[in-house]
Amino acid sequence: MEKTLPTQPAELVKPPATDIGILGWLKANLFNGWFNSLLTVIVIYLIYLAAPSFIQWAFLDSSWAANSEQCKMAGAGACWSVITANIRFILFGFYPHDLQWRPLLAVVILVLLLVYSRNRSHWRKSLFYGWLVGLFVMGLLLKGGLFGLEPVESNNWGGLPLTLLLSVFGLTAAYPVGILLALGRQSKMAVIKSFCVVYIELIRGVPLISLLFMSSVVFPLFLPEGMVINKILRAQVAIILFTAAYIAEVVRGGLQGLDRGQYEAAEALGLNYFQTMRLIILPQALKIVIPPSVSILISAFKDTSLVVIIALYDLLKTTQTTLTDPKWMGYSAEAYIFVAMIYFVCCFFMSNYSRKLERELDTSR
Amino acid sequence: MNAQVPDKIPFFRDPSKLSVFYQIMTLLGVVLLSYYLVSNTLANLERQSISTGFDFLGKEAAFEIGESLIDYSAADSYGRALIVGFLNTLIVSFIGITLTVLLGTVIGIARLSSNWLVAKLSAIYIEVFQDIPVLLQLFFWYAFFYEILPTPRQALAPLPGVFLCNRGLIFGVPHFHLAYIYAAIAFGAGIICVIFITRWSHKRQDESGKIFPLIRVSAVILVGAPLLAWLLGGAPAEMNVPALKGFNFKGGVTISPEFTALLLGLVLYTAAFVAEVVRAGIQSVSKGQREAAMSIGLKPAHVLNLVILPQALRVIVPPLTSQMLNLTKNSSLAVAIGYPDFVSVAGTTINQTGQAIEGVALIMIVYLIFSLSTSAYMNWYNKRIALVER
Amino acid sequence: MNTTQTDNNAIITIDDMHKWYGDFHVLKNINLTVTRGERIVICGPSGSGKSTLIRCINRLEEHQRGSIIVDGIELTNDLKNIEKIRAEVGMVFQHFNLFPHLTILENLTLGPIWVRKTPKKEAEATAMYYLEKVRIAEQAKKYPGQLSGGQQQRVAIARSLCMKPNVMLFDEPTSALDPEMVKEVLDVMISLARDGMTMLVVSHEMGFAKSVAHRVLFMDGGEILEENEPHAFFTAPQHERTKLFLSQILE
Repeated sequence: MEKTLPTQPAELVKPPATDIGILGWLKANLFNGWFNSLLTVIVIYLIYLAAPSFIQWAFLDSSWAANSEQCKMAGAGACWSVITANIRFILFGFYPHDLQWRPLLAVVILVLLLVYSRNRSHWRKSLFYGWLVGLFVMGLLLKGGLFGLEPVESNNWGGLPLTLLLSVFGLTAAYPVGILLALGRQSKMAVIKSFCVVYIELIRGVPLISLLFMSSVVFPLFLPEGMVINKILRAQVAIILFTAAYIAEVVRGGLQGLDRGQYEAAEALGLNYFQTMRLIILPQALKIVIPPSVSILISAFKDTSLVVIIALYDLLKTTQTTLTDPKWMGYSAEAYIFVAMIYFVCCFFMSNYSRKLERELDTSR
Repeated sequence: MNAQVPDKIPFFRDPSKLSVFYQIMTLLGVVLLSYYLVSNTLANLERQSISTGFDFLGKEAAFEIGESLIDYSAADSYGRALIVGFLNTLIVSFIGITLTVLLGTVIGIARLSSNWLVAKLSAIYIEVFQDIPVLLQLFFWYAFFYEILPTPRQALAPLPGVFLCNRGLIFGVPHFHLAYIYAAIAFGAGIICVIFITRWSHKRQDESGKIFPLIRVSAVILVGAPLLAWLLGGAPAEMNVPALKGFNFKGGVTISPEFTALLLGLVLYTAAFVAEVVRAGIQSVSKGQREAAMSIGLKPAHVLNLVILPQALRVIVPPLTSQMLNLTKNSSLAVAIGYPDFVSVAGTTINQTGQAIEGVALIMIVYLIFSLSTSAYMNWYNKRIALVER
Repeated sequence: MNTTQTDNNAIITIDDMHKWYGDFHVLKNINLTVTRGERIVICGPSGSGKSTLIRCINRLEEHQRGSIIVDGIELTNDLKNIEKIRAEVGMVFQHFNLFPHLTILENLTLGPIWVRKTPKKEAEATAMYYLEKVRIAEQAKKYPGQLSGGQQQRVAIARSLCMKPNVMLFDEPTSALDPEMVKEVLDVMISLARDGMTMLVVSHEMGFAKSVAHRVLFMDGGEILEENEPHAFFTAPQHERTKLFLSQILE
C-alpha cells in the first residue's frame, strides 16, 4: 500500500537563485512587481538629485568656525559658524556669562536623572525622592541666592534650560492635578463631576496659545493690586493648566482599562474610597498610562516653544534673536536645522523609550 | 448578634450626606475663588480705566490686514476685522485639512509598502516631522521664503506658469468666462447624476446580480460633463499668466509667503500624525480578513472596498478627526509669522483696546465652537458605528 | 480501499512542488493527487508545513518549483486564474475570519453577490439554505461578535459552501475552539462528507480521520513522510516519526 514518495533527495533541490541571498532580498523588497520596481527607480533618482547637492552645501562647502564676514565671503556653503559663534547665547540666553555653568549643571542633572529612570528596576520610592531633590537642586542652581550662589533674576533665564524647565516641571506639577481631575470626572458627585468635565473639555478645546495669551495679558488682572508674578511663572502656570487636562484624559483611560473586579475586591476588603484609590486603583492605572504620559511629555516639550509668542527667551527665541543680529542675518536655515536637531534627538529618544516601555508592560501584565 | 440600628448616623459616616457635603464645599470654593478673581479684576480694570463689554466691536479698527477674503480697510470696525481673521482661519484650516488627509494617507500607505525603500523613507518622514515643534517648522518655511528663495527676477519656475520667489507662490489662472460657470453647473449636475446612478446600480445589482462599473462611469461623468460644458461654452483658453513687470509679477494669482509657509508647516507636521493614524488603521485589520476575502474569490479592488476599508475606517476616523482639530488649533500659530488669522487679529485688537479679557474670551469661544461641533460629530459617528457593530 | 487514481478524475494534482521562505525549505518535493469526492486528512507536528501546503492550493502562498493544477487550471501568477480557482475552492480557517462589520447573512452573500453575480434575493435564499444546514439559521441577522466560536466556525463553513465549491480546504478548523464546541463543528464536517464533498483537512482530530477520511497523510519537516488509509495508518504506522507523533497525540 505505502508509496515511497521522494524521487530525488529533497535536500539537493535548491531554491531559485533569485529567491535567496542579496538577489532574493532585492527582488523581495525593491523589485517585486513592476509598480514597486518603478517606485524604487523613481525614489533612487530623487535621492540622486537631492543628496549630492545637500552634502555639498552642508559639509563640503560649509564653514564651521568662521566669523560672519568670512561666512559672507565664502558664499555657497552652509554657515554653521552662526551656531558655533553664538552657541552660548542660543543655549543659555541672557544668563550671566560667567555663571552659565549653573544652568549647564542643572541640565546635566536632569539628563542623568532621566537616563537613570529609564531602567524600570530603578523605579523605587527612593527614585521619587531623588527626583524631588533633583528638581529642587535644579531650581536652586538656576535661581541662586542660597549657599553662596549669586542670585539670578528669572527674567534672565533662557535657552535650553528654560525649555526643559517649562516642560519637565510643567508635567511634574500637572500630574497630580490631572489625576484629581480624572478621579473627579469618574466621580458620582454631580457637582464635582461637571466641574471637571467642563474644565477638561474647555482646555482641550482651545489652543495653548490662547492660554498663554491669557497668562500674559489676563492673568495679571486677576491679582490684587501690587501683587506681581513674573512672566515665566505665569507661562508655567498656563502650561500646567493646559497639560493637566490632557493628563486627566490619559489617566481616565487607565482607570477605565482596569478590571471592574479590582474595585469590587477593594470594597470587599473594607477599604474606603481614598484607600481604594491610593492602594489599589491608582498604582495599577498609573502603570498602564506611563507610555501615553511620555507622549504627553513629548508634546509638552515641543509645545513650550510657543512661549516665543509671548516673548519668553526659550531655545527657539534665543535662536531667533541671534538671527536678528545684523551680523548673522540670513542664516536661518542653518540655525533652525540645528535647533530642530536638538528637539528631534530629545523627542526621538523619548518616543523610542515610550514604545519600548509599552512592549515591556504589555508582556509583564 | 443583633446590630443596633441607631436612629441617627452622624453625617460624616453617611456616604450620601458626605457626598452632598463635599459637593457643597466644592461649589463654595469655586464661588469664593471666582468672587475673589472677579473683584480683583474689576478693581484693576477701574484703576487702569479699561472699559468692559463688547462695545469695541463696533469701533473703527484703524489697522490694515494683509490678506482678506472680504472687503476690508482700516476704516472698518473691529468686528469686521475679526470676521476677516475668522475667515482666514477657516480657509487655511480647510485647505490644510484637505492636503493633510491626502498626504497623510499616501505616506501612511507608503509606510506599509512592501517596497523597502519607500517604507523606510516614510518611516523617517513620520519620525522627523513629528518630533520637530510645528512652530519651528513654520519659522523654517517662513525663512525659506524670505531668505532662500530668490527675488521675482530670478524666480524659480517648478512648472510652466508657476513661480516661486520671495513674494510667494504665483501662478496663472484662466480669464473669467461664462463657460467656467457652465462647467461648474455641469459638475454639480454630474454629482447629482452620480448619486442617482449609484442608487439605480445598487437596485439593479440586488435584482439581477449584474455589477455596474460605478467608479469608472462616475469618473467619466464628473470629468466629462464639465469638459463638455466648457467646450460648448466656446472653449475659452485664455490665461491670466503672471509676467515680470519691473520688480514684481503682474497678473495671475499670488499666494503670500505667510499663507504658504503656514500651510506648508501645518500640512507637513500634521500629515506625519495622520500617516500614523492611517497605518494603525490598516494594520488593525487582521491578515486573516484579507485572506478570507481573497479565498472566496473577490477581486483585489473588492477585497479593499468591501472588507478592508470598512473595518479600517472605523479605527481611522476618530483619531483622524482629532488630528483635523489639531491642525485647526495649530493654525493659531499664524500669529508668529504674521498671517492674519483670528488669533492674530484678536491679538492686535487686545493690544489696541486693552480689552484683554474680551479678546481672549473671543478666541476661546471660536475654538470651542470648532471643537464642540467636532466632538458632536464624533459622538454621532461613534453611535452609528456602535449600532452597526452590535 | 482503492487509492489508485485515474488522472482524468483528479481535481487537484500537485507535482514535484517545492517552497522556500528565504533559505528555509518549507515544502519539499510534494506529489499529491486528489480525486473528486476524496477526503484527505493531513496531520503532523506543528511547523511541518501542512498548513502551508493547503494554503498553496488556493494561492494564499506561492510555490517556487513544480506545479499545482486545480480543476484543470494551473496556478500561475495570472490573477484571473487565481480568482477562478479561489471561487471553486472553499477555505475554512483556524480563526474563522468572519467579517466582523457584516451580519451573518451578509457574510454569506458577499461572495455570491460580488463574485458569482447572483441577485440578492437568490443569494439570500442560498445563504439561508446553508445556514439551516449548519443549524444556525436563527442567527442570520446577528453579527459575528455575538456568536460563540463553534457557531462562528459553522458560519464560516456555510460561507464557503455558498460559493458552491468543488473542493473544501480546512486549516485546523477545530484547534481554536473550546473542547465542548469541537463536536458541533465536526458534525457539520461529517455531514458534508456524507454529501460527497471533496475535502482536504489539516487536523489532529483522529476520530474524524478514522470515520470519514479515505487517506491520511503524515507530514514532517516539509515532506509527506507517509500516507495510507486510516485503519492501516493508525494501527501499523511505518515511519518512526509517525509512530512517535501518534503516540504523543493519542495519549
